[in-house]
Amino acid sequence: MRSSRPILLVDDDNAEMMTVKRALNELNVPNKLVHHLDGENALCYLRDNINKGPCVILLDLNMPKMNGVDFLAAVKGNAELKQIPVIILTVSNDEEDKAKCYELCAAGYVVKPVNYEGFIEAMKTLDAYWTLSELPFPDV
Amino acid sequence: MRDCKPILLLEDDTVDAMTVKRALKDLNITNPLVRVANGEEALVYLRDETKAKPCVILLDINMPKMNGIEFLKIAKADDKLKRIPAIVLTTSKDDKDRFTTFQLSIAGFIVKPVDYLKFVEAMKIVNLYWTLSELPNTEQENVNAKLATDTACR
Repeated sequence: MRSSRPILLVDDDNAEMMTVKRALNELNVPNKLVHHLDGENALCYLRDNINKGPCVILLDLNMPKMNGVDFLAAVKGNAELKQIPVIILTVSNDEEDKAKCYELCAAGYVVKPVNYEGFIEAMKTLDAYWTLSELPFPDV
Repeated sequence: MRDCKPILLLEDDTVDAMTVKRALKDLNITNPLVRVANGEEALVYLRDETKAKPCVILLDINMPKMNGIEFLKIAKADDKLKRIPAIVLTTSKDDKDRFTTFQLSIAGFIVKPVDYLKFVEAMKIVNLYWTLSELPNTEQENVNAKLATDTACR
């Protein structure tokens, strides 16, 4: 990533978190990975870290308490958080999910490849793009 | 890009627009490039129901008549247009421009490399990312235009 700020991953599955962590490691992405299991906890984290928040958010959709779409709506409805790019990272290929997320101005919607090699390739592209692109906040 | 809809480019400089066109060609990106010179022209294009909605919008910031920021304010408040990913492609390294456009929910802010080969490399990454990423379905309200693009793609 272009910024040294952490990457926030919101995903209710710990195994998925391990896969993301492993992929970032393999790709030598130095950003710290902050993980929250649902939207509610992730929002608390964002509100407590306004000035040292994440450079990007990777967001799963199906989660307990507050799901991905509700979380995205909350982030994009908050003047202090809305500028953070939110990239959907999910197994859902549902047209309605896609439509809702783009209505809420998601900055990408990646359907997780099932095999690990495909997933590494996806994370590599994601990292290359958000290294090429500027990010809203200066480094911490 | 993941689909074969056009790429809408907002760029007032003809030479810069040519460079984008050339880079897409060099990368064998087959999406048609629709170029408009400012935000006003872009809105006319986007609101014309006979025209295919673009898969993504690439926009410069400094343009006459309606600049990139003014365009984003209108497009991102329009239910039919807000879902189209908008990526800033500019020479501006201004912190305020960057912050304002991210507030308007852009999906990337790319400072154009001056060197052509580096620019091609940048466009390659943009294309890879928007091929990996799903794109919004803008077709429902625009069936005729979709049919037209589908035919054009074949």
